[in-house]
Amino acid sequence: MAKNVVFRARGLRKVYHMGEVDVVALREVDLDLYEGEFVVLLGPSGSGKSTLLNILGGLDSATSGEVWYSGHNLAAANERELTAFRRDHVGFVFQFYNLIPSLTARENVAAVTEIATEPMRPEEALELVGMGQRLDHFPAQLSGGEQQRVAIARAIAKNPAVLLCDEPTGALDSATGVVVLEALARANRELGTTTVVITHNVVIAQMADRVIHMADGRISGSERNDTRKPAAELSW
Amino acid sequence: MRALDRKLFRDLWHMRGMALAISLVLVGGISTFVMSLVTYQSLKVTQERYYDRQRFADVFVNLVRAPESVAEQLAALPGVNQVETRVVAPVNIEVEGFGDPVTGLINSLPEFGEPRLNVPYLRRGRLPAPRAEAEVAINEDFADAHGFEPGDELVAVIRGRRKQLDIVGIALSPEFMYAIPPGAVFPDYERYGILWMNRKALATAYDMDGAFNDATFSLQRGTQAQDVIDRVDQVLARYGGLGAYPREDQFSHRFITEELRGLETMATIFPVIFLGVAAFLLNVVIGRLVATEREQIATLKAFGYGNFQVGVHYTKLVLLITSIGLVLGAALGARFARGLSNIYQEFYSFPYLQFRLDPMILLQAAVVTVGAAMLGTAWAVRRAAALPPAEGMRPEPPPTYRATAIERLGLQRRLAEPTRMIIRHLTRRPLKAGLGILGIAAACGILMMTNFQRDAIQWMVGVQYDLSSREDLSVTFTDPTPQRAVYSLGAIDGVTHVEAHRSVPARLVHGHRSYRTAVEGIAPGGELQRVLNAELEPVPIPPEGIVLTEYLATDILHIRPGEVLTLEVLEGERPVLEVPVVGTTRQYLGVNAYMDRAALNRLMGEGPAISGARLAVDSKLQAEIYHELREMPRVAGTVVRATAIRQFNEMMEETILYFTFITALLGGFIAFGVVYNSARIALSERSRELASLRVLGFTQAEVGYILLGEIGLLTLAAIPVGFLFGNALTAYVAQAFSSDLYRIPLIVSPATYALAAAVVLVSFAITAVLIWHKLSRLDLIEVLKTRE
Repeated sequence: MAKNVVFRARGLRKVYHMGEVDVVALREVDLDLYEGEFVVLLGPSGSGKSTLLNILGGLDSATSGEVWYSGHNLAAANERELTAFRRDHVGFVFQFYNLIPSLTARENVAAVTEIATEPMRPEEALELVGMGQRLDHFPAQLSGGEQQRVAIARAIAKNPAVLLCDEPTGALDSATGVVVLEALARANRELGTTTVVITHNVVIAQMADRVIHMADGRISGSERNDTRKPAAELSW
Repeated sequence: MRALDRKLFRDLWHMRGMALAISLVLVGGISTFVMSLVTYQSLKVTQERYYDRQRFADVFVNLVRAPESVAEQLAALPGVNQVETRVVAPVNIEVEGFGDPVTGLINSLPEFGEPRLNVPYLRRGRLPAPRAEAEVAINEDFADAHGFEPGDELVAVIRGRRKQLDIVGIALSPEFMYAIPPGAVFPDYERYGILWMNRKALATAYDMDGAFNDATFSLQRGTQAQDVIDRVDQVLARYGGLGAYPREDQFSHRFITEELRGLETMATIFPVIFLGVAAFLLNVVIGRLVATEREQIATLKAFGYGNFQVGVHYTKLVLLITSIGLVLGAALGARFARGLSNIYQEFYSFPYLQFRLDPMILLQAAVVTVGAAMLGTAWAVRRAAALPPAEGMRPEPPPTYRATAIERLGLQRRLAEPTRMIIRHLTRRPLKAGLGILGIAAACGILMMTNFQRDAIQWMVGVQYDLSSREDLSVTFTDPTPQRAVYSLGAIDGVTHVEAHRSVPARLVHGHRSYRTAVEGIAPGGELQRVLNAELEPVPIPPEGIVLTEYLATDILHIRPGEVLTLEVLEGERPVLEVPVVGTTRQYLGVNAYMDRAALNRLMGEGPAISGARLAVDSKLQAEIYHELREMPRVAGTVVRATAIRQFNEMMEETILYFTFITALLGGFIAFGVVYNSARIALSERSRELASLRVLGFTQAEVGYILLGEIGLLTLAAIPVGFLFGNALTAYVAQAFSSDLYRIPLIVSPATYALAAAVVLVSFAITAVLIWHKLSRLDLIEVLKTRE
């Protein structure tokens, strides 16, 4: 396994101001992510997983602390730089797919490849997630699992350095979820994309290189799986 | 095509109903803008060319009689380019098979060659041949009214002498585009004709051999008309000059100029209202779209689309909707302009129409429209562009509601839950509700303005003919005539009442302001011609002093009762007199000055002379009365009241109907655009909530009530606001169109209110049907399945 650090976070803290109350979402989080690894971020809701993921992906910024992505400090980046960072290096997969309903599968992917620097063809990305046969279907004509696979194709089509997935199977049944996870694993394997999957589903942790536990805004533990279990063998 | 642009078109298709409704409102604004300005320009260009080609004079003067040798003196005046002297004679015309009295004006043509000025534009046939003694050309409106063609004949009574004339040509003239018989207020094509005849023949018949009684001038470049006018008046003073006046005061020109000014006003008010409403609708619709597409925006941003690109994306959508309106509006506007120009061309007897569609007007329309659309959507687009992606991923927090003031007053027990929902929803966003009300109110106001013109005109005519000028017939004499003529008029069988009046042309001067009109000396206690006060009650004419039309006193001369007015009389010895102003009178058509007839005679230093008379007659004997009047040598013209009113109404119906049709249509566009969009947005915002209620067991009718009740409440609230707005708008229009030619009274009939409200309510009804249909297809499961 390659040991190059892709992300390095130190002392990350995030506080939301909700009226007169301050809600601390992250407390002094330190984290390193390595090239090509498949990380599962495990924790109950409200533990700060999504906040961490959003900060790593440049969707949100930390209240204090540093995030380094191959030599760039994201904490110091402005709006424009964050946009460029997301455009060139990050792929997102969301729990509710977030496809553009008025665009077909192919067009949803194209919307991203059109602005990326070295993308693959949309068809290629969709083929990779097993959606090569349903290129011209609109989201409304696809099942939840299919929509999520289109979303994965959209995320990997730009050849991102990192794939950030927030509860990708959260809205899916077990069998469908497995198909989606297989697609993620395949992208990780074949493209070598660093992949971070947020979940509260402990089963999914078995397919990871590394499992990071979060609770109450902190990293409460971390372990490395000696053998990754193929997604196909998972069920919940 | 880029994927995001595809999204754009599909979004647009998805919201096509709303987009169309907005486009229609835009169409309203753009089409009225284009219509008014294109018509204005086309008529302006046509007018200029027509004036230029027919050598329309710059200065005009009438006089009693001057020897032709004076012409050289006039031509030598500094600043004068060309002079044309003419003999102009009032005539009575006999048309075979037409019993009503017909009068006319004969203008002389030079014996040889073309006139230097005011050249008639020949439509058919030819002008009278040199030396021909009984040939005339007649104006086209008169010819058409009687079906005259070259080769036909008519009889003219000139100074009491009957003369058989051959019609050889049908012509038009810029001088008589709006031809009005003396003593009348409206054109009457059937009973008033303009004739052109050789100078010699006319002069012989009118006892003007070697003399002239009318002159027109063109000026050298850079000459002030007033300088020439002063010099002309000096020269003609001893020949009974009636005061020269510039083209600006030429009646026909004045009327057209006022009409063109009206078009310019139209070109501003309507587009401002329409574009304002369209901007508001765009704001609401794009704002809602941005709200529904929150997550999509956040997703796009998560994948690296920048603020600018997102902003451009929504801006493109706005431009797309706008350009639909722009293209349709411009096309429709150009079409309306054609129709309107043609109506004007016919109405004002332009010989041709230089229809001109100036690309600059279209460009202006585009710039103004796009500007308004951008302004209207700036906030929504900015919100989309600036949406932080992490925030967009989270669902919007539930909207905060409060108990309303109505509820705090303790009325809640009377309100069922759905009604409370309606009220709370409206009061949660008072600004939006307020703007919605304003939008519907604007439609209501425009619709009121449409009908107001008709109400106002009917009122004007009613005041003029039922309260003020109540005669059946009016007779004008060729010259001031001894009062005993009244007895010969009264002796005619069937004449039941005669009121004589003295009319003196004069320039009214107060300080540096002045106005040319006639001072009417009327009989005190008259029944047929009455002076009205501000409450439109007849008031007796004071035995001394002068009474002015309100508008003349306040807006033109700036003089108040108690102050002294200078009268420069324009006939006879041309005395300059001082008269105290003793009152004002309300009058909608024209402006005049009134005096007691005896007082005016005294002031003029003359005996009891009269210029005309008003008659009440037995309608059964009308034909015989006309016949007798025609035989009276000094009678220059006879105007019949009933036909004047009918004629005027017919004429107005035609022009106003076109406006009414267009504005009613466009007002309907606004009403529907606002109501439909409000309902559609409410449905989109609340489909989850409504579906939840359906799941809980509410019927479609109950759910429909919540949604449509809200819009219905807005619509109802908008109607009184619309009435207020309509009143303000009509007041503005009345003000903008006021001139010495006419003032538009601020009269709005109950029917006008009713019609405006009805159109708004019909828009609501159509919307309700469409929304009901959508509600019936509300997919309960699907709505509840999507994420919260």
